[in-house]
Amino acid sequence: MTLPLFFFYVFAAITVASAFMVISARNPVHAVLFLILAFVNAAGLFMLAGAEFLALLLIVVYVGAVAVLFLFVVMMIDVDFAELKSGLLAYAPIGMVVGGILFLELLLVAGSFVIAPEVVGAGGLPIDVTMENTRALGQVLYTRYVFLFQGAAAVLLVAMIGAIVLTLRHRTGIKRQSTAAQLGRKPSETVRNVKVKSGQGL
Amino acid sequence: MIIQAIVFLPLIGALVAGLLGRSIGHRPSEFITTGLLLIAAVLSWVVFIPVAFGDGLVGAVGDGHAAVLKVEVMRWIQVGDMDLRWILRVDTLTAVMLVVVNTVSALVHVYSIGYMEEDPHRSRFFAYLSLFTFAMLMLVTADNFLQMFFGWEGVGLASYLLIGFWYTRPSATAAAMKAFIVNRVGDFGFALGIFGAFMVLGHIDFDGAFHAADEFAVTGLPVIQFLAWELDAMTVVCLLLFMGAMGKSAQFLLHTWLPDAMEGPTPVSALIHAATMVTAGVFMVARLSPLFETSPVALTVVIVIGAITAFFAATVGLVQNDIKRVIAYSTCSQLGYMFVALGVGAYSAGIFHLFTHAFFKALLFLGAGSVIHAMHHEQDMRNMGGLRKKIPITYAMMMIGTLALTGVGIPGTNFGFAGFFSKDAIIESAYAYGGNVGSLAFWLLVVAALFTSFYSWRLVHLTFHGSPRDPQHHGEGPHPDPAHAALESHDEPINDSNADDHGDHGHHGSAYDHAHESPNVMLVPLYVLAVGAVLAGVVFYGMFFHDVEHIEHFFAGSIYVDHQIIEDAHHVPTWVKWSATIAMIIGFASAWYMYIRRPDVPGRLAASNPGLYQFLLNKWYFDELYNTIFVKPALWIGNAVWKGFDDWLVDGKIAEGLGRRVQNVTSWVVKLQSGYLYHYAFAMLIGIAALLTWAIAAGGLI
Amino acid sequence: MGLEIGLGHYLTVAAILFTLGVFGIFINRKNIIVILMSVELILLAVNLNLVAFSAHLQDLQGQVFAMMILTVAAAEAAIGLAILVIFYRNRGSIAVEDVNMMKG
Repeated sequence: MTLPLFFFYVFAAITVASAFMVISARNPVHAVLFLILAFVNAAGLFMLAGAEFLALLLIVVYVGAVAVLFLFVVMMIDVDFAELKSGLLAYAPIGMVVGGILFLELLLVAGSFVIAPEVVGAGGLPIDVTMENTRALGQVLYTRYVFLFQGAAAVLLVAMIGAIVLTLRHRTGIKRQSTAAQLGRKPSETVRNVKVKSGQGL
Repeated sequence: MIIQAIVFLPLIGALVAGLLGRSIGHRPSEFITTGLLLIAAVLSWVVFIPVAFGDGLVGAVGDGHAAVLKVEVMRWIQVGDMDLRWILRVDTLTAVMLVVVNTVSALVHVYSIGYMEEDPHRSRFFAYLSLFTFAMLMLVTADNFLQMFFGWEGVGLASYLLIGFWYTRPSATAAAMKAFIVNRVGDFGFALGIFGAFMVLGHIDFDGAFHAADEFAVTGLPVIQFLAWELDAMTVVCLLLFMGAMGKSAQFLLHTWLPDAMEGPTPVSALIHAATMVTAGVFMVARLSPLFETSPVALTVVIVIGAITAFFAATVGLVQNDIKRVIAYSTCSQLGYMFVALGVGAYSAGIFHLFTHAFFKALLFLGAGSVIHAMHHEQDMRNMGGLRKKIPITYAMMMIGTLALTGVGIPGTNFGFAGFFSKDAIIESAYAYGGNVGSLAFWLLVVAALFTSFYSWRLVHLTFHGSPRDPQHHGEGPHPDPAHAALESHDEPINDSNADDHGDHGHHGSAYDHAHESPNVMLVPLYVLAVGAVLAGVVFYGMFFHDVEHIEHFFAGSIYVDHQIIEDAHHVPTWVKWSATIAMIIGFASAWYMYIRRPDVPGRLAASNPGLYQFLLNKWYFDELYNTIFVKPALWIGNAVWKGFDDWLVDGKIAEGLGRRVQNVTSWVVKLQSGYLYHYAFAMLIGIAALLTWAIAAGGLI
Repeated sequence: MGLEIGLGHYLTVAAILFTLGVFGIFINRKNIIVILMSVELILLAVNLNLVAFSAHLQDLQGQVFAMMILTVAAAEAAIGLAILVIFYRNRGSIAVEDVNMMKG
């Protein structure tokens, strides 16, 4: 057994195990942590496949942002998760059936597929082994796939704005700073000169 | 140009009165339609007089014996090699009809100005009258079957509109529908006849069709194969065409609509249901005489139906109490005479009777209208009597009409009223025809003449002679007519429903006391028609029946002229010539005896023969018979189809049932749509699994 | 199975991850957070497939696509969690059982 294969099995086993724990954990916080573990090990699998940039991206984006977002939300929302777990297995049989069918069919494909000869080497972007993965991706991403890249950026922008719009709320009954009103004040509106007679006050 | 004017002036009048009547008002509508009709009538005489007394039709194209004037209006239908043109065909027959139609129509227009004075929808009435006139003119000027059918249906429509003119009365709308529907039966046959004629003869224009029919004399008659029968094609076609004539001319079996059509205003009865439209069938058979001559069977049927109608309608007319219905049955009966004449081959005699009958029957109807007008829309003769002193002019006119209708005259001389010449011509022709059919027709017609005389004089006696009998006048007056005493319940619905259009009179006193002579606008048409009723016979006898040469010259090929029958008719035995006159005298005498001399006789007679009396009073139970044979089964079928097919099957099972099934299914399906997010997610996943399975099983998604 | 890491290896792992994700949706039907995590697992399985094929066919396109999927997955997670937050704010619960208004 070669070292890469060994690591493959390690990563694969941990990924699958932690994925199983994600769906079966009683505590969602644990589920999120297992999700992080699954992603990290999947990043290892990516690395083994030669997709170094994607692997690191997975760690940065998923582990660093998405999974933390999950964690944040799970912890922010005070939910009785035990209650949510009730009736856990009510739909398990149908899930088993559907999942089983899918799994068997995927295995069938995985075990028996043949790459059509004309597809091999016919891809538009052959990997240049002399070039690092990140550089190669960067070269096509900003040239050939610039519109796709821009589109992805737009998707992220819309998602960001959407998330803000969705969660932003204006609470009534609280004091708020109005910068425009502050800057727009004029002395004439707020300051007045009063002759104060001595000994009388206002 | 003159022909177009005759035909289209009434149409212009109808359009003006019908479309603009509301804005220009009643009086201008009346004057415009009447004025245009008067012009058309004068022009008709302008066309007719040269034909009758001059050198023949002005501008006609002579073709040997035949003279016909064709005015093309437009090209109408071009289909395949059929090139149908809208041509106004004027020959002698048409000229006669133009005179009849336009004269009577113009007079009726004038008369209606007075008669309809109080009606709030006068302009509509005049529009309908003019529309009818136009349709009738289209019918008589037709150059092909299709034009004739157009006019045929046009007069049917106008008749429907006019019968149902007082549409707020249920009885009027029912009568209008009855007229329309019964006519549909005939028109169905007529349309089939036209199709058949086109199929057999290959031509839809008259000249082509007649020419083709003439050739059958050489080539032999064609045969129609229908199922297993071999039918003489011409007989089938002619019988179908005659079926149309039966419907339009209210012949036996299809006559039931005509008496009910008296629901319309009286001028309408005079114009449509006496003088013109009902004679369309006679005109049609005469026009198509070359076709009918090819089928002896069809002609025999025409004779038999005509004779039975003449007899049957006369018997029913004996006991009717509604003044208009008596005249309506009389019309029916006289139409039977005309058909007998056509059937025996004496077409000219039939047209002659049509011509004279138009005058005296319109006179009688308008006179009856004058009586009804005087009696404030009272139509039951049992409530009249003694009107001679109240409305002497109307009385005189009605007397002339009655004398003309009963055929008063001295056989063998040229002295007699219009009906005398034409009716005797028909009776003599029937006798001359000979054989069983001829004898049957002869005797039926003679008896019908007796009855005609009887009911006509009964009408006159009940209406004008004797003492006033209306209930308010003489509370317990004598009832010379049996029906009044014995059959109070069998009152025609026509009587009481007439109150509403004259309601503001509020004549709770005696109608007799309030009876008044009609205004001049109504009397002048009577004078004109009276002149016609007196003179039409003696003046035109020569052209229509007297001399074969003269007839042939006069008609100039527009109808078939059978020399033999006319010669024979002139040489019948003297007793035959006198038979109609004697029958007339007997009728007169018995009417006088029963209604003047011994007014109690009719009641006793009816009491002693209740079966016969009821049979006649109920018009041979034809309405009841048709009710049982046609209306009730039709209703039953309609009900069955409505409730069984439509309500139960279509609505209940198919429409609503499917709707309910859909509702059931969807209410079940809608449970799938639970609103729960995860159910939708499950559905997606199951879908993915299914899609993937299918993809693998089928070997790919492509 | 040879000594090299083959495409089949990756595909098998991806199939297992995909199936676990699907199964996770079924058994955690009430907990929308875990459903979202299951969706992330499914997307991860897809990514794994793309990367594996990319490596196998020596073609960079697969990795580019995997990156786009990462982008969309991140956006989806952000939006989904935002919806979850305001849902919780409005209802005081995230029980999917309570969300049953999506029906006619």
